Amino acid sequence: MRLLWGETVIRDLFTKKKKYATIPSEQAKQEVPEGLMTKCPQCKSIIYFKELKKTLLVCDHCEYHHRLSSTERIEMTLDEGSFQEFDKNMVAKDPLNFPDYKEKSALDRKNTGLNEAVVTGSGTISGMEVIIGVMDPRFRMGSMGSVVGEKMCRAIKIAADERKPFIMFAASGGARMQEGVFSLMQMAKTSTALNLLHEKGILFISIMTHPTTGGVSASFASLGDINLAEPKALIGFAGRRIIEQTIRQKLPDDFQTSEFLLDHGQLDQVVPRKNMKSTLTNILEIHQTS
Amino acid sequence: MSEQLPFEKPIIELRNKISELKTFTREKDIDLSDEIKKLEVRLEQLEEDIYGNMTAWDRVQLARHSKRPTTLDYIEHLFTNFMELHGDRFYGDDAAIVGGIAKFEGEPVTVIGHQRGKGTKDNLKRNFGMPHPEGFRKALRLMKQAEKFNRPVICFIDTKGAYPGKSAEERGQSEAIAKNLIEMAGLRVPIVCIVIGEGGSGGALALGVGDRICMLENSTYSVISPEGAAALLWKDAGQAKRAAETMKITAPDLKELELIDEMIPEIRGGAHRNLEAQSGYIRQTLKSALLELNKIDRNDLVEKRYEKFNKIGEFDDENGLIAKE
Repeated sequence: MRLLWGETVIRDLFTKKKKYATIPSEQAKQEVPEGLMTKCPQCKSIIYFKELKKTLLVCDHCEYHHRLSSTERIEMTLDEGSFQEFDKNMVAKDPLNFPDYKEKSALDRKNTGLNEAVVTGSGTISGMEVIIGVMDPRFRMGSMGSVVGEKMCRAIKIAADERKPFIMFAASGGARMQEGVFSLMQMAKTSTALNLLHEKGILFISIMTHPTTGGVSASFASLGDINLAEPKALIGFAGRRIIEQTIRQKLPDDFQTSEFLLDHGQLDQVVPRKNMKSTLTNILEIHQTS
Repeated sequence: MSEQLPFEKPIIELRNKISELKTFTREKDIDLSDEIKKLEVRLEQLEEDIYGNMTAWDRVQLARHSKRPTTLDYIEHLFTNFMELHGDRFYGDDAAIVGGIAKFEGEPVTVIGHQRGKGTKDNLKRNFGMPHPEGFRKALRLMKQAEKFNRPVICFIDTKGAYPGKSAEERGQSEAIAKNLIEMAGLRVPIVCIVIGEGGSGGALALGVGDRICMLENSTYSVISPEGAAALLWKDAGQAKRAAETMKITAPDLKELELIDEMIPEIRGGAHRNLEAQSGYIRQTLKSALLELNKIDRNDLVEKRYEKFNKIGEFDDENGLIAKE
């Protein structure tokens, strides 16, 4: 049983100085006893974590979609035991010698047990083969640097070569500042790779989850043949604060949510987590060839 | 912004002194020519010293200089028969991006670029060169048109970034940029991109997926502005100078990191000092780039573009922490 990531963030708010000391290590997480309760950040109801897990980490009372780790997402999406991970050991370099970048990445590796902000691999959904990428917002806010770009492009190449649909769950604050223009160019790199699928007529489904912003929203995440989003996810190009400063107006509460994007014609559907697998199954069935 | 920049101050002072002495010579009929000659030699050395050792922040200021030549300036000097084409056919015409058809060295081309304004009124019209989605969509429309008629595309990049506004988000700023990236990736005509001023993040990249990426010596290309980076890093936008160095955003830095293909030399003191001569440098680069690219089969062009971008990135393939599992 694991502690919720969302909960550790809330807790961080009250222990600013010791920001990292409260995040449990992977080992500590495993030791959290059964029957732990958790509080919904939206409606504040107290829920048994066990119950929450049954509803795919969606609050029973208010439908709040808790953030998922890449592992949880893969468990919920793919058929049990079908996942084969690619490029598991790829890690970031520090091409700009950027202050604290190495240390912060190392800390995230330690705290999350992940090497980078995206997990890629192959698996099946309702028996249908797919290539999948899942971003993990716990690692450097899911930001896209060279490793995210490279792992995605390798996965896309495999999808193109093996003619399998590609599914991407985005969860990212955008391009990773610490890699400068290397990060910016990952937007071009991933989009250029997706063009391979486009030219070969291979399906790409993009699912935007909370949050999908900046350089990720302005590259691969918006390029699905079908673009879906989880309810109430934050999706947009520029940050709310920057927009408010620029236009000197307060923005509506629902600005840049999934529902806002759907209203403005930017999404195909908003899909609640409980329907995600069946929705993907249906799309994949319709696109089965031969 | 005044025409002179802080780092140029010693040069300006010396220049003023020389002209004072010259006036003095003329008016008082005293021969100071030896003195003047000495000072002129010193000026030459000083210029070499200052312009030859510019910091990243000096270049940022030149890239943003109010007199710096814009896309339309270069279009006027590099092309003939230019005809501007307006509108995205969906929503409107964004004056922050200009584009059209023209001839370069007698051959038809499509030319597109971000357009900063000159003066307050023009800047308001052009939204300070920060495009809305319709700007990017206009650019894409013109690129697809170029592909249909098999003519190369030349993009001038000069923007602080895509406009961070409410209406831009409502109309799909992200989608508009993303769409340009994938469509440029597959475009079956040569694309040459030249950063002439500021290359700000996604809004710059939306005109930047080309076969050749060139930068003027005093232009910048970055994932976030130095001010933005400083605010995030050190909670102080005043540290922009330091951020400009750290982020490696200048043409010489990016050439060294092999993130761009070519750095186009600039007139000493900046492109605005001699537009004619600066256009000459750009002409040379464009000519040789198009000569090479026009020889490549159109399908191979797309393949090569994929390979070009696919190799960008610095990573370590095997030393992950969870190798043990």
